[in-house]
Amino acid sequence: MWNATNSDAVTIFPRKSYSKQFIADFPDGFLPFQIGIVGVGYAGFDSMTPGLSTRELMFEAATRAYEDAGVDPRKDVQSFVCCTEDFWEGISITDEYMPDQLGAVLRPLCTISSDGIIGLATACMHIMSGIADVAVVESHSKISDVVNPDEIASFGYDPIYTHHHFDADPRFLAGMEMARYLKETGTKREYCAQVAVKNKKNALSNSRGVHGADIDKGIVMNSQIAASPLTELESSKGIDASIVFVLASAQKARKLGDQTVWIKGIGWSSDTPVVEDRDFARSEYVEQAAGRAYKMANVKSPASYFDLAEVDDTYSYKELQSLEAMKLASKGKAGKMVDTGSFDADGRLPVNASGGSLGVGHLLEATGLHRTLEAVMQLRGQAGRLQVPRAKKALVQSWRGIPTATGAVAVLGN
Amino acid sequence: MSQKITSYQGREITPDEVKEGKYLDIVYKFEPKYSWAAGVAISRFLTELKDGKIVARKCYKCERILVPPRMYCEQCYRPTDEWVQVKDTGTVNTFSISHVGTDARRLKTPILVAVVDIDGASPGMGILHNLGEVERSKISVGMKVQAVWKGSEERQGAITDIRYFKPI
Ligand SMILES: [Zn+2]
Repeated sequence: MWNATNSDAVTIFPRKSYSKQFIADFPDGFLPFQIGIVGVGYAGFDSMTPGLSTRELMFEAATRAYEDAGVDPRKDVQSFVCCTEDFWEGISITDEYMPDQLGAVLRPLCTISSDGIIGLATACMHIMSGIADVAVVESHSKISDVVNPDEIASFGYDPIYTHHHFDADPRFLAGMEMARYLKETGTKREYCAQVAVKNKKNALSNSRGVHGADIDKGIVMNSQIAASPLTELESSKGIDASIVFVLASAQKARKLGDQTVWIKGIGWSSDTPVVEDRDFARSEYVEQAAGRAYKMANVKSPASYFDLAEVDDTYSYKELQSLEAMKLASKGKAGKMVDTGSFDADGRLPVNASGGSLGVGHLLEATGLHRTLEAVMQLRGQAGRLQVPRAKKALVQSWRGIPTATGAVAVLGN
Repeated sequence: MSQKITSYQGREITPDEVKEGKYLDIVYKFEPKYSWAAGVAISRFLTELKDGKIVARKCYKCERILVPPRMYCEQCYRPTDEWVQVKDTGTVNTFSISHVGTDARRLKTPILVAVVDIDGASPGMGILHNLGEVERSKISVGMKVQAVWKGSEERQGAITDIRYFKPI
């Protein structure tokens, strides 16, 4: 029995009905949709945020997002979604700690333990189903509160038969993926290093770019080896931040202002947890997630469709693998394209013009929201020194990190 | 059990079989470690406890006085406005006598758990703490209590700087 205190929370928002022909164009049952991103706010983006508790950090981010959207969370929002993971928080059943700082006390809130883009997808579904007209998605990283993050990442390996073999930093899986990717695609080793060079350089122009640097491939390749062939400078480092998005139905978004960025397609997919069974060279889960998002957004030729992309670069090779999985480069060609500048901030398709995770920092489950944040700033024309001229269509993609094989993709437009 | 199935085949696993290793399992002690930033509100709260004081935050909009303090009012959704010192006395809102420890053992000395609504804070604003210097049978909802503090040299800026609340 749903006993909401606010009468508007039980309103079912009428959805636009689609013509038969319109639906027939989407034979797999996908209805065309447009969900508006009407507000965004963030706080943190620092290696440490010792002055603020997680909840205070979230309050700052959420306050900015509501101000940006022009909504009052106590009256105007019918669904709140948080993306957090108990072990990163250090609290069991973390979801119970989320309402107050988001304005969600005694309102519908759920937490999903997955990446923020999957949280966006969840909010889209709440809006499309008619139970919400405005929905909020939050995710954060307070990695500086975690003393031994490797213990937690390692604990993601199968507890019964994988976890106990190795007393090694969990990145050995990334090393193995990278090795197989390089071998199968014939990609030159140094092209991976160039991803780190590009992204760290881009981050120097980003006020959020904690790990920006002006370095060359030699420095990247000669930095300490984490798990061969992966080096330390090719591994993103965790930082703290909270990011909040306000989403609205198309009807509502039009009333809320003129800087709406639209989610036009969104997809996600998970491969098997049996790491041995995966195709190490390619990210099949990203291929699938992108395929679904493209279909919803009617993207026929991804390589020429987008004005910018913010894609997974938790590790250098991941960017290449992701670009190929999403058909922004053909198989085995992403490395060469990075090396020749096609994906530079002023290249044919700017990829991680923000600096990505390598340049800005990694945000645990908030990483997907970080990529979306950067893309939204671009599509609003508010990206400052990072601004890609005439940016109208953007692609964002995330991966949940070691040892997962879960990816999510969203197509955005203004 | 359903109407169709009235008994299941099988037998109990004996402790000896487990000791013999007949059934395999994996034992691992997971040891995540955290160092949580207490934040603006709770840092001040704990610092004041060290000085033997309980502080709260006031929201000017709903005029509630929140303890433990928070930098935001969850009802009005706005920053709270002012630090307010509240008393170290209060009223037992509710209580329970816990007879079972975290390891499922029966406790020889039961733990007296209570929510104490603090005097000076808004109604229903309280601190979850222990009761002490009281017979179990004498505890009641609505009982007036006061904090019993550790000595000033013993206090370290933790909720345990208050040992317990005792009846007054
Ligand atoms: Zn208030």
